[in-house]
This record gives sequence, structure tokens and C-alpha cells, in this order.
Amino acid sequence: MDGNLTQINGPLVRAELTEACIGEQVRIGKLNLMGEVIGREGNIALIQVYEDTESLILGEKVEALGHPLSVELGPGLLGQIFDGVQRPLLDLVQISGDYIPRGVNIPALNHDKKWLFEASQNLEMDSIVSGGMSLGTVKETELVTHQILIPPNCSGTLIWLAESGSYTLNDPVARIKNEQDTEELLYLSHRWPVRTPRPFNRRADAIAPLITGQRIFDTFFPLLKGGKAAIPGPFGAGKTMIQQQIARWSDADIVIYVGCGERGNELVDVLESFPQLIDPRSKRSLMERTILVANTSNMPVVAREASIYVGVTMAEYYRDQGLDVVMVADSTSRWAEALREVAGRLGQMPVEEGYPAYLASRLAAFYERSGRVHILGHEKNNSDPSGKDPARNDQGSVTLIGAVSPPGGDFSEPVTGHTKEIVQTFWALSKELADARHYPSVSWTESFSEYVSVTADWWLENVHPDWLQLRTEALSLLSQAQELMRIVNLVGPEALSSEQRWVLEAADLIKEGVLQQSALDEVDSYASPEKQFLLLQMMLIIYHQGESLITLGMSVQALKELPLLITAKRCKSTYSSEQTENLKQFIIQIKSDFQKYRLEYTQEFL
Amino acid sequence: MIFKNIALNIRRNFYEGIKCEEIDCERTKAVRELEYRQASAAHGGLLFMHNVPGIAYGDQVIVTDHRNHKRNGQVVQISGELVTIQVIEGTDDLDLERTWVRFLQKPFQVSLSTDVLGRIFNGIGKPRDDRPPIVSSLKRNVNGSAVNPAARAYPKEFIQTGIAAIDGLNSLVRGQKLPVFSGSGLPHNRLLAQIVRQAKLLGEESNFAIVFAAMGISYSDALFFQNNFESNGVLGNVVMFINQADDPTLERLILPRTALTVAEYLAFDEDRHVLVILTDMTNYAEALREISTEKGDVPARKGYPGYLYSDLASIYERAGRIKNRHGSITMMPVVSMPSDDITHPIPDLTGYITEGQIVLSRELHSKGIYPPINISPSLSRLMKDGVGKNDTRDDHIRVANQLFAAYAKAQEVRNLASIIGADELSEEDNHFLSFARDFETNYINQDEEQERSIFETLNIAWELLSILPASVLSRVSEADLARYHHWEGQPRDS
Repeated sequence: MDGNLTQINGPLVRAELTEACIGEQVRIGKLNLMGEVIGREGNIALIQVYEDTESLILGEKVEALGHPLSVELGPGLLGQIFDGVQRPLLDLVQISGDYIPRGVNIPALNHDKKWLFEASQNLEMDSIVSGGMSLGTVKETELVTHQILIPPNCSGTLIWLAESGSYTLNDPVARIKNEQDTEELLYLSHRWPVRTPRPFNRRADAIAPLITGQRIFDTFFPLLKGGKAAIPGPFGAGKTMIQQQIARWSDADIVIYVGCGERGNELVDVLESFPQLIDPRSKRSLMERTILVANTSNMPVVAREASIYVGVTMAEYYRDQGLDVVMVADSTSRWAEALREVAGRLGQMPVEEGYPAYLASRLAAFYERSGRVHILGHEKNNSDPSGKDPARNDQGSVTLIGAVSPPGGDFSEPVTGHTKEIVQTFWALSKELADARHYPSVSWTESFSEYVSVTADWWLENVHPDWLQLRTEALSLLSQAQELMRIVNLVGPEALSSEQRWVLEAADLIKEGVLQQSALDEVDSYASPEKQFLLLQMMLIIYHQGESLITLGMSVQALKELPLLITAKRCKSTYSSEQTENLKQFIIQIKSDFQKYRLEYTQEFL
Repeated sequence: MIFKNIALNIRRNFYEGIKCEEIDCERTKAVRELEYRQASAAHGGLLFMHNVPGIAYGDQVIVTDHRNHKRNGQVVQISGELVTIQVIEGTDDLDLERTWVRFLQKPFQVSLSTDVLGRIFNGIGKPRDDRPPIVSSLKRNVNGSAVNPAARAYPKEFIQTGIAAIDGLNSLVRGQKLPVFSGSGLPHNRLLAQIVRQAKLLGEESNFAIVFAAMGISYSDALFFQNNFESNGVLGNVVMFINQADDPTLERLILPRTALTVAEYLAFDEDRHVLVILTDMTNYAEALREISTEKGDVPARKGYPGYLYSDLASIYERAGRIKNRHGSITMMPVVSMPSDDITHPIPDLTGYITEGQIVLSRELHSKGIYPPINISPSLSRLMKDGVGKNDTRDDHIRVANQLFAAYAKAQEVRNLASIIGADELSEEDNHFLSFARDFETNYINQDEEQERSIFETLNIAWELLSILPASVLSRVSEADLARYHHWEGQPRDS
């Protein structure tokens, strides 16, 4: 279907285009620009264009393509870097040089590469197959075995399944006859529209925490696999660093990092550093489990809006293979601004700070694509024991972590406000902490996690039964210290009793020894749950031991000068996660040291 | 509806000289340029035309007024039969009847050659120095195109500016964009001039160039920079683009783009290391607000359009390095914070795009400290990979963190002292007070002509840290302490 261009206003154009559906893809003009229909008024279609519209002329041809914005899903996604509409940026460099050209259409995946396909042993010819079932596997990287899925909307009788062997994405690997008796060929990859969530069997309860190796998150404000979290923070608070740490260290199978309207150089940092980083569990390069989606702030604004959906659709695809996927979106504020920009040009009524009224519902719908689910195509195998598919889990999860960049650091602005209502884990970054170079600058007063009780079970089973108690105690010490600081700021430290001043010291111990964690320090960058627990336990033991000495009459000043305090603060970067034995030793030593002090002290008085 | 009563435009064709002719318009080679009369409306820098077919979005136009003076314009919107033109020199003194509009059928371009060095231009690349215009077959669209993130190279070469507060704590690296957040009356110009004079890479003489883009600055500020470049003998490596406070406002919208197109040419075609100075981005953003209000765009914060972020990014993101190319673009924009408010949309959005910021403080300035860099909110995001063992010195990053932390603690003590009096403070707190005092006067403060090497800067830092006992220095390693820390147990009197 063709039509003509009738209006050009920045990234928004109008064209006479009858019968075009909302959401349909279009190609515009001689430049062959990509666009998407976002509205219809009579026979005029409103189109948002993913590329710069400079030099477009009125009356140019607009062609409707008949399908919505969709992504190609198959082996070869991992290790790639895509733009906001899933064009592979590394291939674009090969084709058109250092600058991003307009109107170029290249496939997302390499169609020449041969993949070693291992046909599934569980499928029988002439059996009924349905969407989500696995035709076989491809070893995509050393870390990830890729399940070749039957597309979710496809079912029928399996007539033919290719033998194990080498195939490209262009070679069919299976043929099925659907209910209308027509035959359909299946390939290693398939397409899926990005704005439609991929279906699953049913939702499951999220039960396991996502271990990020960051103490403030795992110990204090945990997130579950399949959960949703937000990281709001003003600029300079270290948001990007935190997200990169999560992408590096979290114990997910797949990490998708969406740089949405962010800095070019930061993406380069990720691009250059990730291949060199080693996954702590498998000792392989991190890129082998990572996909990057990059729409830097100077790339077209409409593609920025799409990039979030492109990322989450790829996340759902790996979830459907029974994997745990983490998607980090940096930043959802830029995405919301892209919505605002288009809404503004459409002349839609602005509600809060120029944002359109549908901001909250769009945000909620996006975050709702996270979750832990029973995947499609698995339950049927389970009911038939012979067809059981032990190669993959029957559950997969998508964890969404969205950064929010509130203007001026004001958390009451619309994007932060709405996001806060949606997410269950809220990691609030604080400018004050960042200014004092307290990193990660996560505020322990404003942050929250609704997953604490669920995670407690996990810690109880896997690390130590006291976790919940220690966490509560540490947080209460920190809030006590905050109260006391208020008094100090009003009337000076002399007004405090010795016990109270010791509380301040203990809070400092927790802040410096546990909460602060340096991403740049090789040892400190990642802390295993056990190390996290031991560090916290150590600080609280020091606190209790000190407290008892104070009741004996020892001065806070004398306690403060104990050399073991500064050694304890340095433990985080002295002992790695493998050296937990040393930490345990040190804790024993602390106890005996205090015992010694107590004896010395009581003897002095005798 | 003001546009409806205009039925007809009169058109003339350009081959050589001016001929009036009525022919059908096609965007063909035979009819290169078309001139029309009878605009339908003109106000606030925008000119509206009816019935002009074949016009492309973003095209450059020449507007000739009734005195036969020429103005430049750009097509900013096409809607049905109505074409909206943004007239850079403004619409004052235009009438609808005698104004001719010529469509050049090409976007705004700038001629590029190395002859630009040592020259002064206005916002659209016309000479301001009474010398002939640049003639070159190489012309590029001033809007540029986005660099493919996969083609970028990560900036990590430390630039020594000779200024302790920058080198030691917020290091600048080649290819970084690091703005100076300033306020009216603060010495950002002197600071930038000093950086231009002193900036160098350790152990390397390089092929450099400076692109100076001034938007809406005063004549005296422009002259200050010009004299400064001249007295340093670098004028032959400088290209200046100047739009003074009394020059057309809308020229400020295109000026940084022209300047950056030239910078990209010098960096990526001519292998030079280019330092781009943009001053003042607040004037740029205000010009953008002016025209967006006139166009009727929905305002977001403080009247600025919702696309301010994308628009600023299209300028800032042109800094950087590209793989396999030898040059680089390092950018230092000046953003003056209206009423010293860092949460104002312009500094706020800038901070989200740039790789850190240098914040000037009125308080330090009034204490007589130069450069008055407020280090707490200042930040360089690219510092982590540009300093350390192989680039500067092993302890650099830890020393920087320790200084930041100690100064933050000292500020707390200061607040406390202002409430309960300095006499009530503990001994340790007193150490912090003297640390903060010495830090401001001996570390941040330095002479305008003084150039400190990074090693000097680090040594001064250790002298200051030696005011504090080792027990409060948890950000540096034991080895650092053993090597550099020499605490004498008593606060020094300064």
C-alpha cells in the first residue's frame, strides 16, 4: 500500500495512507526511512520516524509494509550490540563507516553463519507440537545452550525434523502441518512483534534472590529473579556504575543492557570492558551472555522509545528457553521523554511536566513484562513422562531494572513517582552520599524492598539463619545513628552518652566496612553472600563487644583507637570472596582481642 | 485563519542573475533554485509561506527583504501547503509583499579546509574578520550524523591541565566532554583560558587545534579570548565562531553545529586533537526556548521544549574519539546556572549528557580562591580509566577518593563548629578543620599563571593528608600510607 507525505514536523510526519493499521511499519521516501504508524485521522496516517527526517519532501512516497515493529530471535543475539530498532551496529560499521547512515536495512542476525544444530530426541514424527516447544539446541556460546523454539503462535503436526548438523538461519529445520492443513517451515530463528508480550503458560512465584555481589543490594534491599527494581538518582550519583556492576556480577544466565538515550562513551566503556571481564562462575568472557541495545542520546528519539521494547522482547525470548534473564534499562526517564516529545508534537494535552496522561499506564505495562513464569511448551512434555525434557528448566524469569534520572534529583517528579508505585525494589541514590564519595550511593533510608521475607528463607537455607536478624539490627543502628546525628548537629557531641557515641561509631563501621563498596577495587568489586554475611556479622560483633566494655566504664575514645577497627573496615578489600576462612579467623581473633581488653581493663581497676 | 487569504505566490527562477519566469516546479537539476514572493505571515523569527511545492525539511533558504538585504533561514516545518521558515537574522523589518524567499534546495552546509585555522566566523560560517570566505569543494551538513557507538574509541588519555583541582580530583581525558557550571561574575573565562594555555598530554607534543564557539557573549569576553590566544601564539591553531550578545539570537542555534562540523573535520580528517569551547550554552538554550515557544511547541520545564535533552545531546555527543582515526574532540562547554541553581533544566540536562562537570562556587570565589572549583559536586566520569599506574601514578585514584571523603567530613565538622563553636570540637575534628582550610588555600587555590604537574599535585595532596591521622584515612591503602603519609601528631598552624 502506498501513499504520499503530507506533513513533516521533526520526527513526526503525516501521510495519506488508507488501510494502514496502527503499529504498522512504513518506509518513507527515496531515503527509505523507517517509521511506524501511531495514529489514524480519516485517510491520514500519523507516522513516527525512527531516523532523522531532514531533506524529506512533501509528496514523497510512503509504503506500508503490513507488519508491526518486530525483532528477529534466534542464535547469534548474544555478544551483539544493536541499535534501538535491532540493527547490528558492528555490521553497520563494516557497511557504512563510522557514522550511522539513514535508510539502511540489514538483518539483525548473521544469516551466513552455520550453527551446529542438535535435534531434540523428545519429539516424535506426526506428534502434535505447539508453540514454545523445543526443536533442538544450538550451542550459542560456551555459556549458553540455545533452545530452538517453535514460535508461540504456531502449532500443528510435526512432519519433518532436520537431522543434527550445521545449518544457517536460512535453512529450514522442521516442517509442520497446521490445523488448516497447510505446511509451514520452521527455521532456527523467528520474528516477534516487540509491543506484544510473548505468551507463557502461567506465572510462577519468584523465590530466589538475584545475587549481584553488591552488599547494599543483596544484604539490605534484595531483588528477586523475576522482580522489578528502579534506581532513581540525580546525575553524578553513580547510577551507570551500579547498573554496570549488576550487569557484570549478577548470577543471571543472560544480561541485556539497554542504553536508552545515554552517553556514547559509556556504551563504549561497556563494549570495551565486558569482553575482558570474566564471569565469576564460568570463568568465561561476560560478552558470551550479554546483549547490548544502544540508542545514545544523539540518535533519533523515536528509536529510543522502541529500544526498551526491543530489549524486553529479547529478554522474554531467552526466558522462554527456561533461563533467568536480567534486563537493565538506562534510563527509563529518557524513554519517557521520548514519549513526551512525540506527544508534544502530536499536540496531546500535557498533564504533569508536559508528560502525556498515558505515561503511568505505559510504564506499568512495561514493568509488567517482568516476572517468573512456567514456560510454554513444557507442561505437555511433563504430562508424558517419555517426552520429558530434562535439558531445560520449566521456569524462566525476566528481571527488570530501570534507571530513572529525575530532573534536579527531585523524586516527586512524574517518572520517579509512577515508577515507585510499580516496582517492588527501590534503590534510591543520594546526591549527598555521592558527594561524599560514599559509593554505591544507595540511601538506606529512602530505599525499600518488599522481598525481604522471601529472601530470608533463601539466606536461611544457603548461608546463615541469622541473616534477617543481623540485617534488621544493622538498619536500626543506622537509623538510630541518624537520629543521634541530628542531636549532635543541634547541641554538639558532648550531649551524647558514651553508649550513644558508640552507636555512631558502629554506624560508621557498617557504612565504611559494609555499605561502601568500590567497583574499581578488584577484591571488593564482588562479594559472595557468605562474605557479605561475615562482614556484617563482624561489625555487629565489634559493636556488641564494645558496648559491653563501655558498660564496664571504658571510654569511647579508647575504643575508637583500637587498631582492629580500621583493620575491620579494610577487610572488604583484603579478603576476597574465596577467602571467607580468613574472615572467620579474624572474627575469632576480634572476640579474643576483646576478651583480652576486658581482662586488662578489669585488672587496671583492681 | 491568517494564512487562508493568500492565494498565490509569485516565483522567480535563478540561473545566472535573476529572471522571473512561471514554470512548473520539480526538484530537478535544471531548476536549481527557486525564489518566491508573498509570505503569508511573519512573526517572532518565523516566516510562513503557502504553496511552495518540492521543498525539503531542513533546507536552507535566503530571504531578501525590501532593502535588498539578504537573510538566512531554514525550513523547520512543512504542513500541507504551509511551509514554516526560521529566519536566523530575525523577522524585524520584513513585510509580506516585498520579501523574496529563495530556496537553495540543500541543507545548511559549511565549507571545510585547513584555511579555517586562524579565522573568525559568524554562526553560519561567514567571515567576521573582513577576509574572504572559505572556498572549498568539501562541504558538509552542519547537523552531522550520529557516530555509531560501535565505532567509538573509549577516551583514556590523561590531559594535564596544570590545575590541581581538575588534574588531581576530576581528571580530563582526551575525547571527554566536561562542562564548567558557572554563574554570573565567576571567573569561568579565566579558567578556560588557563586550560587552553596549559593543557598537554604527558610526554607528547601533539598536533592540536582549538575551536572556540561563542554564543551570545559580550564583546569584552570575546576580545578577552582573542587576546589570550594571540598572546600565547596559538592564534594560528584557533578557529573562532562568534555570536555576540547583540547579534541575531537564532544564529546561536546553528553556531555550535557549524563549529562542531569544523571540529569534526579537523579531528577526523586532519588528525588534529581539537579542544572545543562552547560558551555559553545557557544562551543557546534560551534561543531554543524563544523559537519553540513561537512555533507553539508544548513546553516541558520552565518553558523549555520537551526535546531540549535530545537537542543538547545532538551537540554534546559530537565530542569523542573514533577507532582508527588519530584525532579527537574534547569539549568544554560553559553553562551558567541561572541564579546559581544546579537543578535548573539547562545544567541539569547537561549533567545527564556530559561525562561529569566542574562546578564553580560563589562562596570560594568570595573567599578569594582561584579557581573557585567546588569539588563536592564536581565529577569526571572518565577519570577512572585515564589515571593510575600507567598513566599518572599508582595512588592517584585512591588519593582523590580520600581527599573527597575527607573534605566532605570536614564540611560536616564546619557545620557543627558553626553551631556549637570551634572550642567544643574534639581533637580529631580540629584536624579536619585545619585540613579543610589548607585544602582550600593550598590545593584548590593556585595562581592563574601557575602550572602544576600531576606529581606536584599529588605531593601537595599527601602533605594535606598528613594533617590527618592514618586512622581516618580508610580510602588509601596501607602501602600508600607507609610511602607518603608523614603524620606528626599535631595539627599544623597555617
